[in-house]
Amino acid sequence: MKAHTDKTYDAQLDDLRNKLLTLGGKVETEIVSSMRSLTERDSKLAENVIGQDREVNRLELEIDEACRRLLVLRQPAASDLRFITTALKIVVDLERIGDLAVNIAERAMDLNQSPPLKPIHDLVKLAELGQRQVRASLDAFVEGDPAKAEAVIRNDDLLDSVYHNLVNELLGLMMEDPRNIRRANSLLFVAKHLERLGDHATNVAEMVIYMVRGTDVRHPGSRD
Amino acid sequence: MMPEAAVQAREAGAPKIDVRQLNAWFKLNHALRNVSLTVPDNSVLAIIGPSGCGKSTFVRCLNRMHELVPGARQSGKVLVDGQDLHARRVDPVNLRRRVGMVFQRANPFPTMSIADNVAAGLRLNGVGGDYEELVENSLRQAALWDEVKDRLRHSALSLSGGQQQRLCIARALAVEPEVLLMDEPASALDPIATARIEELIRELRESLTIVIVTHNMQQAARVSDATAFFYMGELIEHGPTEQIFTNPREPRTEDYVTGKFG
Repeated sequence: MKAHTDKTYDAQLDDLRNKLLTLGGKVETEIVSSMRSLTERDSKLAENVIGQDREVNRLELEIDEACRRLLVLRQPAASDLRFITTALKIVVDLERIGDLAVNIAERAMDLNQSPPLKPIHDLVKLAELGQRQVRASLDAFVEGDPAKAEAVIRNDDLLDSVYHNLVNELLGLMMEDPRNIRRANSLLFVAKHLERLGDHATNVAEMVIYMVRGTDVRHPGSRD
Repeated sequence: MMPEAAVQAREAGAPKIDVRQLNAWFKLNHALRNVSLTVPDNSVLAIIGPSGCGKSTFVRCLNRMHELVPGARQSGKVLVDGQDLHARRVDPVNLRRRVGMVFQRANPFPTMSIADNVAAGLRLNGVGGDYEELVENSLRQAALWDEVKDRLRHSALSLSGGQQQRLCIARALAVEPEVLLMDEPASALDPIATARIEELIRELRESLTIVIVTHNMQQAARVSDATAFFYMGELIEHGPTEQIFTNPREPRTEDYVTGKFG
């Protein structure tokens, strides 16, 4: 890509991009760790996830600040404007993904107090899908690849269908034995968090398409 | 009275300004190359581009000022209301009344009073009668009246730079032009005076068509409906202003508006 006449502008944009990638990497790790704290019944790891979220919050503030500085100092246009406004929006989604991982870790700490319910394979599958979606949306962002972003948006349906199967499975466990209700209910929350996390990845992907092509693919038909 | 052809052109929704295959030279220097574009009535067109790209030459072709430069030539057509500016019956002086111009540096007549500056164009055009009302109207239109109404007989040079520029706009408006060409009208002004000029441009758009040359891209983005990017004498891209500044189609436009030039 062609450099700006003012090289410090490029350095500031690179810095913003790197901060977003660092943030993305951190929330990905949080998802993996929070799920491991659940499947491996590791409450210490769950505590770590909750502790790491402070770093995510700090990065969010730094990214907002960097965007504001770029907007006021550079009055960006065209692709720079689209990149910076995209950064301002996806940072919110990424931070929310971090919060959802924290919520999962909190549920894990609670669940680890009781003996395990039977292994829930679809929950692990859902977590893998969600994490993959987050990773793919970040890759699409880094590479400025709208095709990858479109794949993320398409794949959200898969996540949703696994989620709905899981809800049915957990409801079945509750009906089988009322003693399952408390734990199955917690797992239901975990499933919901994972499904929401996928939605945030979809938001990131939609913004990537805007960033690259300048067309807004969100809410089709709502402008009429 | 508008010529009959012009009335017909307007009724057909034809553009106010229609530039076709315009080329311009300064001796051997080919300053404009095959530029074609149209400007709708009651709209603002901003011309952007690096120094030497031909943007000032372009606007000077719109009121036949280019031909005043020794060694200057041009080919192609410029139509205003469907009328070819180089048709034999077009009188360049009368044309410049219809297509007025405001320059980068305010250039009031230094020996004249504020009121006389505004009326100068009317006198030159042999318009008789009561200038007082016209002077007031023009100064009001240029958002200068309240600041100068008590000193209309003072020298134009007693005004600040921003006021002098608005005085020049009032002078251009006094002869009731249909098109106003502005070549960097605010580049020598402070931010407040600049904001006044920009507000004025938006107001004037209601009654006339404006073509503004500017190096200030935020200004172009703020005041114009359409933007044209010129580079090395060529029109690279011309489109709705919002599109040019958020999602230009041409890589050279993208490079220019994002500051990746040279």
